Amino acid sequence: MSVAKSLPHDAAPLHVTGTARYVDDIPLPANTLHLAFGLSEVAHGEIVSVDLDAVWAAPGVITVLTAADLPHENDVSPAPLPEPMLAVDTVHYVGQPIFLVVATSHLAARKAAKLGRIDIKPLPALFSVDEAMAADSRFEDGPRIYSKGDAAQAISQSPHILEGSIEMGGQEHFYLEGQAAAAMPQEGGDMIVYSSTQHPTEIQHKVAHALGTHMNAVRVETRRMGGGFGGKESQGNALAVSCAVAASITGKPCKMRYDRDDDMIITGKRHDFRIDYRVGFDDEGRISGVEFLQLCRCGWSIDLSLPVADRAMLHADNAYAIPNMRVESHRLKTNTQSATAYRGFGGPQGMLGIERVLDHVAHAIGRDPMEVRRLNYYRDMGDTGPGTGQRFGGKHSPNAEDIGPETTHYGMPVEDFVLHGMTEALVEKSDYFRRKAAVSEWNASHATLKKGIALSPVKFGISFTLTHLNQAGALVHVYQDGSIHMNHGGTEMGQGLFQKVAQVAAARFGVGAEQVKITATDTAKVPNTSATAASSGSDLNGMAVQAACDTIRARLASFVAERAGTDPADVRFEDGAVHVGNQALPFEDVVSDAYLARISLSSTGFYATPKVAWDRIKGEGRPFFYFSYGVAVTEVVVDTLTGENRILRADILHDCGASLNPAIDIGQIEGGYVQGAGWLTTEELIWDSEGRLRTHAPSTYKIPACSDRPDIFNVSLWDGENREKTVYRSKAVGEPPFMLGISAHCALSDAVAACGAGYPDLNAPATAEEVLASIGRARS
Amino acid sequence: MSAIAVSTTINGDEVEFLCQAEETLLDVLRERLGLTGAKEGCGTGDCGACSVMVDGRLVCACLVLGAEAEGRSIETIEGMANGDELHPLQTKFLEHAALQCGVCTPGFLVAAKALLDANPDPTEEEIRFWLAGNLCRCTGYDKIVRAVQDAAQELRGS
Repeated sequence: MSVAKSLPHDAAPLHVTGTARYVDDIPLPANTLHLAFGLSEVAHGEIVSVDLDAVWAAPGVITVLTAADLPHENDVSPAPLPEPMLAVDTVHYVGQPIFLVVATSHLAARKAAKLGRIDIKPLPALFSVDEAMAADSRFEDGPRIYSKGDAAQAISQSPHILEGSIEMGGQEHFYLEGQAAAAMPQEGGDMIVYSSTQHPTEIQHKVAHALGTHMNAVRVETRRMGGGFGGKESQGNALAVSCAVAASITGKPCKMRYDRDDDMIITGKRHDFRIDYRVGFDDEGRISGVEFLQLCRCGWSIDLSLPVADRAMLHADNAYAIPNMRVESHRLKTNTQSATAYRGFGGPQGMLGIERVLDHVAHAIGRDPMEVRRLNYYRDMGDTGPGTGQRFGGKHSPNAEDIGPETTHYGMPVEDFVLHGMTEALVEKSDYFRRKAAVSEWNASHATLKKGIALSPVKFGISFTLTHLNQAGALVHVYQDGSIHMNHGGTEMGQGLFQKVAQVAAARFGVGAEQVKITATDTAKVPNTSATAASSGSDLNGMAVQAACDTIRARLASFVAERAGTDPADVRFEDGAVHVGNQALPFEDVVSDAYLARISLSSTGFYATPKVAWDRIKGEGRPFFYFSYGVAVTEVVVDTLTGENRILRADILHDCGASLNPAIDIGQIEGGYVQGAGWLTTEELIWDSEGRLRTHAPSTYKIPACSDRPDIFNVSLWDGENREKTVYRSKAVGEPPFMLGISAHCALSDAVAACGAGYPDLNAPATAEEVLASIGRARS
Repeated sequence: MSAIAVSTTINGDEVEFLCQAEETLLDVLRERLGLTGAKEGCGTGDCGACSVMVDGRLVCACLVLGAEAEGRSIETIEGMANGDELHPLQTKFLEHAALQCGVCTPGFLVAAKALLDANPDPTEEEIRFWLAGNLCRCTGYDKIVRAVQDAAQELRGS
C-alpha cells in the first residue's frame, strides 16, 4: 500500500533541476506590469498631504494609486475588523503601504515608490506592551481569562511560591520565497490570480470585494509556495488584491513581489510576548497552582491575533496537570507590523511560559527539571500494549482507567496522553542520565565553557479553534486510461502535503502513487476551503480525498461485482488490480470498462472534523480533536566570557501516529526543531526608538545556518497510532515539532545556572548578549 | 539608456543578450533568458538562493552585473544534469529527502558541487561550514549534509 512509505516529495525532481515554478517563475505576457508599495516612514501620524508628482514622473510609471483611487473595498483583513490595504488619513506603523505604483518593471516600480513626498503629522506611538497596557490600547474590550479551580488560593497555601517573568521575541518567517502574486484580467471583468498563499479562498474573497464582484468571477491558483510557516496565511492578501485591482484598471497582467527588505518591513511576524507568572509548589516540585499574565503584542491591526492569543492560553498547561490555573491574556495594539500566524500560532509562546515555570521550580528546589516535569505530567490514558504508543504497559499511569482522564484548564479531557512512555524511551535512547552526569562533571572542572542539558515535552492541540474552519473538500477524477487526477483545498508550501495526500488516494485505489497526478490548488475546483494551517493539512484534505476516492471506488466495486455476480463488499483494490472472486483485473481495464458502461468516474469529497466544539469567550469545551506529542533532549555549550553558544546534540522522539510518510514527517520534525531553536536563540528582531525595524534582511536577522545544525541530531518516530479516527490513524505534524526547540532554551538556562547560585532568568531569544546578561544574573 | 550587448557561455551554450547596465546577472538569467532555477531570496548576497558559477567560482548572481558575464563561462542549476541523467548530488538530494519547499535547493546544489569539485572528500564540518552561505528555512539542514556526504562518497567511487 502506498501509505506509510517514505516516498520523495512529489516535486523533488523539479526542485533539484531548478524547474519547479513559483509565482515569480510563471511566464507572463510581455506587457505585464509590476507593482510596488510606497511606505510610511512614520510609526503613527495623520497624513497631511501626499505629493506623488515625482512618482508619476519616474521612468516606467504607468499609474499610481492611493486609497481614494481604489474602485471598491480597501480591505485586506482576514478578520471581521477591516484592515486598509492603503492607509486612509492615518498611518499606524513604519512600513505601512500608503500608495501603489504600477510600472513597466519591478525595479522601476520600486525606484518610483521611494519618490513619494508624504507629509505626516506625528502622533504619540506605542511600541511596548507596557506602553500599550498603560494606554489601554488593545483588541477586544478587556483581557480574556481561562481558569480552573482557584489558583490564587492554591498558590497561597503552597509550601513554596515563586514569581517571575519571561520576555520572548517575535520571529520573522523568512520563507525563502518572498510574498508574490500575479493577476491576469479575463473577459467580462473576471480575474485569474496566481498567489503564493496558504489561503486561496481568502485571496478569492478579498479580490472579489476589491473588484466589486462576486467570488465566482475570481479564480485563484496556487501550485506551491517557497515556504509559508503561517506568513502566507493572510499577508499575501495585499499583493493579490493590488495585482487584481491594477490589472482591472489597466487591462494588463500585473505582478507584485516584495523585495526581501520590504517583505520584512511590511509584513507581520510571530507575536512577541511577555509572560508573568506566579506558581505554588511543594518540596518535590509538584505544582498546585499557577497564574499567568500573558501580554501579547499584536501590532496595529487585528489580523489573526485573537485566535493566536487564544492558542497561547490553551497551551499554558503544555503537558502538565495543574489543578488550579488562571491565564489572563491581553491582546495589545501597538504601532508595529501587525503580528500574524506563525507555526504554532501562539502555542509556542504559551508553552514557553509553562516550561519556564517548570525550569524555575526545579531550580528553586534543586531537582533535575526533567524529573519535575515528569512528576507534573498528565496521566497516561487509554489502551496499552504494542501499537498503541504505550510501550511501557502504562506503568506510569496508576489506575488511570479507574480515575478517568484529567482535564485541562479549559475543560477538555486529556484522553490520549503518551508522554510518560515517550519520555522514558527518550531518556534511555539519549543516554540522558549519563550525559547529565557528564555535563555536571564538565562544569565542575571547566571555568570558561559551561554545558547544559535539558529535556522538554510538547503536547499540542490539533484543530482550528474556530470550529467551522475544520472542514475540507476534494475533487478526484479517474480518466479512461486509469490515470488519476487529484485536487483538494490544501496548499503545498514544501511540507509534503500533496505527496502525503496523493499516497492516500493511491492507497484507496490500490495503485502506485505515481499514478496519481497532483494538481495546483484552485478555487474553481474545490471551493470554500480553509487555510492550510493549524497543522491540519493532511488530516483534513487526506480525509476529503479519501471520501472522494471511496465514492468512485464504490461505483467501480458495484460495477465489477454485478458483472461477476458477487457482493461489492468482496471487491478489493490492491497491487494495481481490482480483485473480484478469483480474478485480478487490471485497474486500467476496469476503469475503461466502467467508462463504456457509462459510470461516473469523478467525485467530490468532503470532511468535517468530528467532536470539536469550543466557546472561546467562556474558555470551555473541546477545541481540539486530539493532541500531538513530542519530546526532545538538547545539549548545549556556552562561552561564559562572550555568551556565545552552540547546540551540541539534539535527540528527538516525536508522535506522528501512524505516519503517512516517515521521511516527510521526519523532515518536518528536524526543520521544526531547528526553526524553534532559532526563534529562541539567534533570531532577534530589533525596532529602534522611532519604531523602525532595524533587522530587515538576512544580514542582520539571523536564522539558523547549516553550520548551526547540531553536530549530533537523532530523530525518531514514536511507534503508535492515533486513537482518534484520522486518515490512516496518522497525526498532524506541521507545528508540534517547532516547540521541541524549547529544549534548547532550557538547556541554555541549565548551562548558565552552572555559573552561579542565582536563577538565570533567561529571556528569549537567548542571543549571546542575553546569555551573557543571564550569566551575570546567575552570579549575582 | 542604450543596452549593453553581452556574449557569454551558459551551461556550455554560447549565449548573446542585451541588458541594461544596472541589471544583475540574476535578473538577466531569470527575466531575459528564462533560467528561473536561481532564485532571489534576499538580493543582498546573504542567502545563497541565487548561487551560480562564474568561470568556476561560486558567486551570488544577485551581486554580479549581467554585463560582467561578457566572455565568461556561467554554470547554473539548469546545466547540472546531463540531459535526463541527474548529477549524483541531485540524486542524493532526492534519496535523502533533502528538500522541502525547494527554493534554496538549486543554490545548495550549485554550492555543494563547487565544494566537491574542489574537495572530493570533505569532512562533515567542512560541508557544514562551506554551505553556511546558503540558507534553508525548512529542513534544518541535516538531510542536506547527509546527501552531500553520500554524493561525495559516490563521486569518489568508494
